[in-house]
Amino acid sequence: MIELFLKSIFSDNLALAYFLGMCTFLAVSRHFETALGLGLAMIVVETITVPINNLIFNWVLADGALSWMGLVDIDLSFLTLIASIGVIAATVQILEMVLDRFFPKLYQALGIFLPLITVNCAILGASLFMVERHYDFSESVVYGFGSGLGWALAIWALAALRERIDENLVPKGLRGLGLAFILTGMMSMGFAVFGDLGFG
Amino acid sequence: MAFDNKPLLEPIISANPVILHVLGICSALAVTTSLSTALVMSVALIFVIGFSNTLISLIRHHIPKTIRLIVQITIIASLVIVVDQILQAYMFEMSKRLSVFVGLIVTNCIVLGRAEAFAMKNPPLPSLLDGIGNGLGYAWILLLIGALRELLAAGTLMGQAVLPLAESGGWFTPLKMMSLPPSAFFLLGLLVWAVRTIKPDHVETLLDADSSRSEGDAP
Repeated sequence: MIELFLKSIFSDNLALAYFLGMCTFLAVSRHFETALGLGLAMIVVETITVPINNLIFNWVLADGALSWMGLVDIDLSFLTLIASIGVIAATVQILEMVLDRFFPKLYQALGIFLPLITVNCAILGASLFMVERHYDFSESVVYGFGSGLGWALAIWALAALRERIDENLVPKGLRGLGLAFILTGMMSMGFAVFGDLGFG
Repeated sequence: MAFDNKPLLEPIISANPVILHVLGICSALAVTTSLSTALVMSVALIFVIGFSNTLISLIRHHIPKTIRLIVQITIIASLVIVVDQILQAYMFEMSKRLSVFVGLIVTNCIVLGRAEAFAMKNPPLPSLLDGIGNGLGYAWILLLIGALRELLAAGTLMGQAVLPLAESGGWFTPLKMMSLPPSAFFLLGLLVWAVRTIKPDHVETLLDADSSRSEGDAP
């Protein structure tokens, strides 16, 4: 369990090892403050959606999962994709309303990032990996939280780096996107090293 | 009606979705470990974006504004499921290697971005061309990076030996690094740098960078 947790944060980092959520990752990492908000929103949404998708997959979509309803021979796993994205969109929407109603402060901080997250491939990616690797429910909670945290750590680090580096003289063509890629590549190497330390 | 090829040609170089708008790189990097995976992924994406643009453009007058995103995502997801099922049926090995990344075409910002920005406002034929053009713009970058990574990591292209390996008496020592994720970031970074040096108008200034970024992020 702990191994899975550390692995999902470091050596299997969604952003740095699987390139997921890159669009948002590069677009929102210009300022540390926005990156902070997005990272937090990401952790929250991952921790909720991955376990929900796990339940839906295991009780409704997987091969023979509907046997509790007496339908033994039904395999709906080809619907995984559309179900996952539906769950994600719905969760984000509900989360947005709940936050707005009960935690207005938090909503102001995270609000603008929540719709962005619906189309973030890291969220969908985590759910699909969960299905592909056959995690059970408790594993999916750990994996959801860990991979959200890993993604958040990566964007926080990159945003901090980019804020500093923007003040320096960088060759014109490299400025912005090009440099962000190269920085991300270096971070990716750094995170991958954790995999070799024995807990990956 | 004069044939307008602008929607087809423009996105390939001058308005390239990957380099200029930073869209769709999530999957672009992940499947470039070899040329063959990059090729299959490119074909899959061109198929999806071409059809999704055409279909959405056909029904664009009937989609209510408020739920257009859901309609678009449903259409795209259905097309992706078709592609995924075809791959699993006829190219099972390949589908295993692409793993979840075919499914992730759903959230590929290029597809949704073009649906929203082009197909909702234009008739079907230009939308089809725009889809294929953007698909090709995405494809050549994928193929280039895929080819470079496979060549430098294993000395092969499409599984065929190109560079003679040092182990078997040649001169080329494979760079293991190239098969790992960081190299994709480096190569794409260098590619962006090269394109922006040739075409200086792509360079972002610190001022307009933020607005262009939030815009590129819209879907």
